[in-house]
Amino acid sequence: MSDATDWGPGAEMATLRWRAQRIARIRAFFAGRGVWEVETPMLSRAGATDPALHGLESEVSVPVPHRRYWHTSPEFAMKRLLAAGSGAIYQLCRVFRDGELGRQHSPEFTLLEWYRPGFDEHDLMDEVAALLAAVLERPIRSQRIAYRDAFRRHADLDPITADPAHCRRCCLDRGLDPVSGATGERDFWLDLLMGHVVGPALGHGEPCFVYDYPASQAALARVRPGPPPVAARFELYLNGVELANGFHELTDPVEQAARFRADLARRRQLGLALPPVDQRLLEAMQAGLPECAGVAVGVDRLLMIAAGADRLEQVLAFPFGRA
Amino acid sequence: MASYSTNEFKAGLKIMLDGAPCAIVENEFVKPGKGQAFNRVKVRNLRTGRVVERTFKSGDTVEAADVLELELQYLYSDGEFWHFMDPGSFEQYAASKEAVGEAAQWLTEQEMCQVTLWDGAPLTVSAPSFVTLRITETDPGVRGDTSSGGSKPATLETGAVVRVPLFIEEGELIKVDTRTGEYVGRVKE
Repeated sequence: MSDATDWGPGAEMATLRWRAQRIARIRAFFAGRGVWEVETPMLSRAGATDPALHGLESEVSVPVPHRRYWHTSPEFAMKRLLAAGSGAIYQLCRVFRDGELGRQHSPEFTLLEWYRPGFDEHDLMDEVAALLAAVLERPIRSQRIAYRDAFRRHADLDPITADPAHCRRCCLDRGLDPVSGATGERDFWLDLLMGHVVGPALGHGEPCFVYDYPASQAALARVRPGPPPVAARFELYLNGVELANGFHELTDPVEQAARFRADLARRRQLGLALPPVDQRLLEAMQAGLPECAGVAVGVDRLLMIAAGADRLEQVLAFPFGRA
Repeated sequence: MASYSTNEFKAGLKIMLDGAPCAIVENEFVKPGKGQAFNRVKVRNLRTGRVVERTFKSGDTVEAADVLELELQYLYSDGEFWHFMDPGSFEQYAASKEAVGEAAQWLTEQEMCQVTLWDGAPLTVSAPSFVTLRITETDPGVRGDTSSGGSKPATLETGAVVRVPLFIEEGELIKVDTRTGEYVGRVKE
């Protein structure tokens, strides 16, 4: 498991210094745009309800014994700041997601998240592209493609009209033959294609934004009525790697509460833990979350690509295995 | 019944897949930005040697394959089975023709072999990479020829036929690479 050199860093010292410069560049980027840096708690009384996220918990003894949940993103706390009138804010922090470990996944990683009152998702894509130009130190000519068109182009499939059986056949034709977990749901097959076929084909040379997700994959984005209804959500791909996820944020507390309930119902169905819902977020939304767009960028992955590397550990002081 | 979670997947892990024992060759965690996570896995079927790619939903479990690799000594063949022994425990194992496969043509008594057991029975037998065998039959060499010349077939004591340089003669010991079936060199007695 460990050897004599295990105590040392995973990345070259020069890479770590270079990383520090890039982080400074990110802070300078936001300072220049009047977006201020905030820090919010990592340990919350509420957990992430997204069925695809597996949060970590800790037992805390003060002021009375109770359970806290490590944040999987600082989203809820930052939205509480927005509702309290913060204006445009960003945060650079470590977040925690269990069950994710691989060349480009770590249970602990650095996230850059920011919120822009008055922006919609396309305004925010412009700003993400500007940030990329600052970090990568080169002009960026980003592309945009609707989720539906990305699937038509790279998987020869219309993800909106195809039935689950058709989506399944499309996977099998590409050698994606799931041993386990296959469901009759379209989103299972679309996720399989996005992860293995469509995503890896995107953003080679120049970054590519995918937008207008199926309404069933809205997460915390608002849904625009159709037909077909689409989620005001986007993802960013560079060299086939997913780097960012953004929303024109849902601001309706009733709809938010309904999504929490739907998440928990889904988690119950899957036999997953049922963390407490963030009531303070719902209260903040009732008080009034300003119309805004927000995005989270995987900083380790972005720096991995900027460094010409293909494994996260090449840009981390101590990767998960050496922590 | 032992099982593994996809979280434990790594190269070398032995799992059951479609009723066959397999070894994981490569494991990659794949997840779209939001949504279902998967493990994309390359597996080698330990019986056929074929490598296929499969996908698991992350977090699911899969039955472990009871597979063991042992260094066993080849004893003899009775025509139907090839018999091996663990020199430590003296336990004997009988391997079928299918399990021995290509290795049969290189085995001489007392030879140590790597044997893969599945549920306690030999699944595959690997001959040592290099074996030394005596030539039982080959055409007479051509006088004056050198090692840079042509080659001719030679039958070995195990029945295997390999191509050897023209100067090699009947009764000589030669070294053979069993992975390629090629002559490596003469062995002095």
